[in-house]
Amino acid sequence: MYYTYAITGLILLISFIINRQKTIKAIKISFIKVKKIFPTFITMLILVSVILFLFPDEVISNYLGNSSKFISLLLASFIGSITLMPGFVAFPLSGILLTKGVPYMVLSAFTTTLMMVGIITFPLEKEYFGVKVTVIRNIISFFIALIVAVMTGILFGEIF
Amino acid sequence: MKRNVKIRIGYISTYVLFLVVSFILGYNPGKEIGFNFISFLIYMLKILPCAFILIGLFEVWIKKEVIEKHLGEESGIKGYVWIILLAGTIAGGLLVAFPIAYSLYNKGAKLSIVFTYIGAAAICRVPMTLYEASFMGVKFTMIRLLISLPLVIITSILLGDYLTKGNYKMAEGK
Repeated sequence: MYYTYAITGLILLISFIINRQKTIKAIKISFIKVKKIFPTFITMLILVSVILFLFPDEVISNYLGNSSKFISLLLASFIGSITLMPGFVAFPLSGILLTKGVPYMVLSAFTTTLMMVGIITFPLEKEYFGVKVTVIRNIISFFIALIVAVMTGILFGEIF
Repeated sequence: MKRNVKIRIGYISTYVLFLVVSFILGYNPGKEIGFNFISFLIYMLKILPCAFILIGLFEVWIKKEVIEKHLGEESGIKGYVWIILLAGTIAGGLLVAFPIAYSLYNKGAKLSIVFTYIGAAAICRVPMTLYEASFMGVKFTMIRLLISLPLVIITSILLGDYLTKGNYKMAEGK
């Protein structure tokens, strides 16, 4: 996180030294863009706050640890699709679930949908790309995640 | 548009009212939702300023011709290599990928490249991949990358072609 700030600061400084006007214009553009998208971010945060309340870690663990692998796989991909979690939360959680005996393919479905499919980010994605493209992209991503999960299952010997 | 604004004001104020009442009456689910909101707001405030400043600088400094040449209609396989490298090094996941993808598109990147960027930003950011491998093992991470990345590229090309035929244009002025 800090190195992102350091690099951004450095680039901004270099830009400012080379051309003051352009840099000021760039910052203005940034502000206008943030202002336009901010209400959508608030909508998204409201969704996140409610969804995370409905699906806390314990609930996710319960669903993913279902006795049937295939039911777990489906549940994992649905939960991954509707929740939003930064990687630094999702992977340690998956690591713990792995030690509890949750199959790799279930965790693959969970983490891949988590990263690629965004029901919660729908309002944001739609603002930029429109409803149709957002729906298509998310459906495609969902199936990519399922394929990845099944292949993970095969290669870890969990299916056959 | 007016109606949308009214709806938005409606649900945001309902939400805020719900949180305020929950905190006054000590209603736990409401309090928890409030804490979730704040923690995610902080998380976003940490990543978004950098992202949007870089987008601003990108818009000002990078010439349209450069993007058109390397990531536009004329770009070949190299375009995909470039965009995956770019996606791999930018932090922030989908939240940040959408506005960046939008700027790339407006600078002349073709649609298949834009969708590849979004997909790659979701699955193969370098710091996240290393972090993932440390918890899940290298084999798990490699399988995921080697299977998902080609699929992302293929589906992005198909989706790009399909939309280009339908004269798809992204919303303006976001």
